[in-house]
Amino acid sequence: MHNSLRGAAAIVGAGVYGLGETPGQSSVEIMARAALTALTDAGLKPSDVDGVISASPVYNMASMTAAEYLGIRPRFTESTMLGGSSFVFHVTPAALALQAGLCDVVLICYGSNQRSATGRLISNSLPDPYEAPYNPRMPITAYALAASRHMFQYGTTREQMAEVAVAARGWAALNPEAFVREPLTVKDVLGSRMISDPLSKLDCCLVTDGGGALVLTRADRAKDLPKAPVYVLGHATEHWHRSIAQLPDLTITAASESGRRAFEMAGLVPTDIDVAQLYDAFTINTILFLEDLGYCKKGEGGEFVADGRIAPGGSLPVNTNGGGLSCCHPGMYGIFPVIEAVRQVRGEAGERQIDDVDVALAHGNGGVLSSQSTLVLGSGATI
Amino acid sequence: MNIEAPGNGPEKEFFDFLSQGEFMIQRSKSSGEYIFYPRVALPKSGIEDLEWVRASGKGVVYATSVVRQRPEKGGVYNVALIDLEEGPRLMSRVEGCAPESVVIGMDVVAEIDLSGSNPVLIFKPV
Repeated sequence: MHNSLRGAAAIVGAGVYGLGETPGQSSVEIMARAALTALTDAGLKPSDVDGVISASPVYNMASMTAAEYLGIRPRFTESTMLGGSSFVFHVTPAALALQAGLCDVVLICYGSNQRSATGRLISNSLPDPYEAPYNPRMPITAYALAASRHMFQYGTTREQMAEVAVAARGWAALNPEAFVREPLTVKDVLGSRMISDPLSKLDCCLVTDGGGALVLTRADRAKDLPKAPVYVLGHATEHWHRSIAQLPDLTITAASESGRRAFEMAGLVPTDIDVAQLYDAFTINTILFLEDLGYCKKGEGGEFVADGRIAPGGSLPVNTNGGGLSCCHPGMYGIFPVIEAVRQVRGEAGERQIDDVDVALAHGNGGVLSSQSTLVLGSGATI
Repeated sequence: MNIEAPGNGPEKEFFDFLSQGEFMIQRSKSSGEYIFYPRVALPKSGIEDLEWVRASGKGVVYATSVVRQRPEKGGVYNVALIDLEEGPRLMSRVEGCAPESVVIGMDVVAEIDLSGSNPVLIFKPV
């Protein structure tokens, strides 16, 4: 049951810019610098691009802004906003447009100066009338409610959630681009200020600036470009709710469906994955996604992450860039798990490189555990 | 149910009922299914036969958090998801006990706080 989308497109360029703090630069400028970094990586220039995809809470007709800034008149354009998962989702319309011949070179790009501009997550949604009277600290409280439920149903502990943050920091220590690299212990996480029980400050992602970009072409053209193509093997997105009260079971996310369908398209199973990049806005995310993507049974994620299993040296390397918890989180983190997956498949990850990576997974999350996008990438050996 | 819906959209109607001290939810006339939040039609089927009925007010805490803000931003307070006896789930706040003492599975009952400029549906331990 071969899916014609499997391997039809490849990522041929990836780049980041300004992870951490970049005072004095606008979000659009950061986006443009990241885009140019990715294009240079692909051996291309803006005039080679005829498909532009972007999303942002601050430049909200994002692909128009990106295309204008870079001087592109795209034949294919996409600005779907699914929150943080957007850029993982964007691989689907990119692959479809490339396969259909609507365009030949797609640029997916993002930039944010939220840390320097405001010091916090920027949102321009109108308040939800059924939530606003209770002043939930969004999005943290939504994830805290899910964590409360996971602890109640499965006995998951704060120590187990802290292990996720400690593992991410272990990887960040190996990544010169990561914003926070100092050693971290479970005790540090448990002792940090409680924000929305049971999530403390160190259960929450960073608030940083930063940008990232990807360049995709059809597989045939990809071979002519300077870097080894990273093939798009499987991808799927699913969402079940927008407000957290509407998710039927707070311990089961739509990642259980996006993951199943992405693996199906790729013709692979979770154990085929050499390295996994999971959108870790909060420590509970990693536990939920390991379960929903099939790495362990529902409820066993807490035990799964104990004893350093996802940390450097563990049996399943997760969030090898340091994740949203320790590398960067400019508000919509989804492009960074894809970029790290690309680097791992290419063997470009320096000190944190995993040996012999042929298949890497990137998973995006958006809203309040709402939109879930799973992407499976592979080396030339997988085609 | 004799309460006349005073507004137009279901969102306005819900809050207008609340201002009058009434916690009303919608029920499908044909299927008997209750929903929250208020909508113009039943999800999935799209059937537009929703009527307002008075909620029993009984609920159970499904999930809970304690939000810890600085005093000027509201201090320390509870945010919870409540499963209503009728089935739907909603976000609310459990008052009348310490925010930390709200636990999953706790039986609660609805009250309408009319002390502020807008009515707020809250819950208290039974």
